[in-house]
Amino acid sequence: MINRACRGLRLQQGLIGLLLGLLLGCGAGESNVASGNRDGILHYGNGAEPQGLDPHVVTGVPENHLIRALFEGLAVKNPVTLEPEPGVAQRWEFSDEGRVITFYLNPEARWSNGEQVTASDYVWSWNRALHPETGNLYAYMLFPVVNAEAYSKGEIKDFSQVGVKALDDTTLEVTLNTPTPYFIQLMDHYSTFAVHPETLLKFGKMTDRFTPWTRVGNIVSNGAFVLTDWALNRHIKMAKSDLYWDRDRVSLNGVVFYPTENVVSEERMFRVEQLHYTQVVPLDKIPIYRELADTPYIQAPYLGTYYYLINTDRPPVDNVKVRQALSMAVDRDKLVRSVLQHTAVPAYSITPPNTLGYYPPQLFSYDPDRARALLAEAGYPNGEGWPGLEIIYNTQEAHRKIAVAIQQMWKSELNIDITIANQEWKVYLNSVSQRDFQVARRGWIGDYVDANNFLDLFITDGGNNNTGYSDPIYDDLILQRAPRAQTREERYALFEQAETMLMEQMPIIPIYTYTSKHLVHPSVEGIYPNLMDSLNLKYVTLDPERALPEVLR
Amino acid sequence: MLRFILSRLLQAIPVIFIVITATFFLVRAAPGGPFDAEKVVLPEVKRALEAQYKLDLPLHEQYFAYLGDLTRGELGPSFKYPGRSVNEILFSGLPVTAELGFYALLIALLIGVTAGVFASLKPNTRQDYIPMSLAMIGICMPSFLLGPLLVLVFGIYLEWLPISGWGAIPGDKILPSITLGAAYAAYVARLSRAGMLEILSQDFIRTARAKGLPEWLVVTKHALRGGLIPVVAFLGPAFAGLLAGSFVVETIFQIPGLGRFYVQAAFNRDYTMILGTTVFLSTLIVLFNLVSDVAAAWLNPRLRSQFSGGKS
Repeated sequence: MINRACRGLRLQQGLIGLLLGLLLGCGAGESNVASGNRDGILHYGNGAEPQGLDPHVVTGVPENHLIRALFEGLAVKNPVTLEPEPGVAQRWEFSDEGRVITFYLNPEARWSNGEQVTASDYVWSWNRALHPETGNLYAYMLFPVVNAEAYSKGEIKDFSQVGVKALDDTTLEVTLNTPTPYFIQLMDHYSTFAVHPETLLKFGKMTDRFTPWTRVGNIVSNGAFVLTDWALNRHIKMAKSDLYWDRDRVSLNGVVFYPTENVVSEERMFRVEQLHYTQVVPLDKIPIYRELADTPYIQAPYLGTYYYLINTDRPPVDNVKVRQALSMAVDRDKLVRSVLQHTAVPAYSITPPNTLGYYPPQLFSYDPDRARALLAEAGYPNGEGWPGLEIIYNTQEAHRKIAVAIQQMWKSELNIDITIANQEWKVYLNSVSQRDFQVARRGWIGDYVDANNFLDLFITDGGNNNTGYSDPIYDDLILQRAPRAQTREERYALFEQAETMLMEQMPIIPIYTYTSKHLVHPSVEGIYPNLMDSLNLKYVTLDPERALPEVLR
Repeated sequence: MLRFILSRLLQAIPVIFIVITATFFLVRAAPGGPFDAEKVVLPEVKRALEAQYKLDLPLHEQYFAYLGDLTRGELGPSFKYPGRSVNEILFSGLPVTAELGFYALLIALLIGVTAGVFASLKPNTRQDYIPMSLAMIGICMPSFLLGPLLVLVFGIYLEWLPISGWGAIPGDKILPSITLGAAYAAYVARLSRAGMLEILSQDFIRTARAKGLPEWLVVTKHALRGGLIPVVAFLGPAFAGLLAGSFVVETIFQIPGLGRFYVQAAFNRDYTMILGTTVFLSTLIVLFNLVSDVAAAWLNPRLRSQFSGGKS
């Protein structure tokens, strides 16, 4: 009997020993940053597990970072100025008043299997990107190309009618519908990248979305890095490519990307030096980081606008005076100061300031007296007879705080009652696309640095318009006149004219311009803040001598 | 016993079938679809996507096609992660979540049973109140509070333990296991205290004590077996709960487990992923309940005699 009891005790001891053995083996060891600085490996917080790595299938910011490390477009962006510079194409020429672009490919550009990157690879890849069966969400990036839209919609079956031709191995000729000044920029967007045709065909049809061609060991790419390991939800590892044409410029030996969905955990990982770089910074930590001397916190204006979308067919916001009154009664400076901790820039129009030299007009400012007068003219003096108004937003604490602040501003300045309602993300998207709202939160992040990317949202029946705003003169300015402008100045003047029309009608209430926010370890050099939050890893170097400020350790 | 197990297994089939059917139609009834995005999706593109995922078929055909795939063990391609099947994602996350759940359960049992037994020996004294109050705090303390607290103390101030990851750095499994196990330890403590109190008041314990057995032998040899029946009955649902409910802990500690996919799938309207995880976890829950029922029956002499008599 005593033996059995002892066995019981031994079992318990065994369990404890097992548990300790499994869990421990303790000690936090050398940090990622220390080993990374020694071996030339960047540890990069990438926000989320990517959907995948197929440039014509996936969309999203984390995917963008990964794909642009593995692949390279015809042109890339200078990380400081964002102006295009050579990628796969060494140079390009415009002819026929900018309608025809001839790209001269670098004969040294190589796929990671050693084959040359050719012009016909681009023709094949653009066929795939545009093919109706591929279901590429970003197919429209190539719509400036002659017949691309018709091919993508299935109206034309013959791809040879689309305006892209391989004249020889290194010469690619692209014909556009109209001169498109930002077209070269689009060559740095992953949806226009070339993929290696034989590799894709080895695993399936050209238009298949589900094949394993992007897995480790299968993928063939043409960028500065090659994929070496992909552990789902753990990390994605890349190593410097020995075949990349500009390999001498690449200083890093490799990059490890982490899916850092939890922003609070990401910041903690940064503090214990598990990461060189974080994708975001928790809002409540920002004031603390700002205070530091030699702070690792970097904030820069970002090509995106946060605004309220107005359904101009629903009373009381069908009245332009009500819309103007609401917009003028929002104290954006206060909002940015108190709710947003100075992490945003007040916005009075849709296009972010200094979008490649373009500044939007400012037609109004915070003016509660004028707002009250407008509301009275609209028939609601001091809020009397106000029928009520609802703001919807997708469920997220940050959006709620802003909605509550604006609700209070409108109540105190205009004496009107506002209800706010949160909706789960997909329900919210459905409400917006069905136009089942009065006022809805909205954000727009530019795909390329050009005012057109913001202003063409509001053309009549534009897919992302959702406001009911429609003006044939506006449409003409954006669709016909601006693309045909001869100079940048002329074009920007047309944009300004259009944006003035838009903000007079106020189908949206602009609130703020986004910023990008990162923590960057002092050892990392070559990361430049810019409007696209665009990072080109080939310029990044690591200096092991530089350490985090002592207070963070 | 075998008949008991078989009948329980047969009962499980309609349960799982109802779960599949209800989930299938409920997720499709939810507003918004897997391809809705902030930037509008062109109608042609949406049609092409729906065709690739067979969403263009009538709903009942999709349903029967899904059941057909399911009988072959195919859970379909993920909507959110093109190029990965739901099977692949499940099986990449399951070992991690199962390992985490296993450690958490082990911790729960070690702490919980010890505290519960300890408390039951001197009911309504300080020896009872202190561990039971701690257990109450454990039940009330959500893991999204305990996790960051542990990280702050042991990860950032003391720098003893890593604060995220799973199996990448030695010791990174400790904090998540404790965080997940703590609430369950508290439940186990209360259950084992209640079970032990009931057993300790019974005649055979008085007999054992009267024979002059030392108290620790009375407890370990005689009382524990019966006293832990409620705990054993709790283990099945607990382990299933640990698998399905590790979402918060997996998010805090950036663990590549199943829980994250389970919750995100619902937000993404990733139909196949929602169905796959639900079917998979409900099957596990049914199985674990069965296992813990069988174990509880085996531990309970009264029930066991019924089974061995073959008259159940």
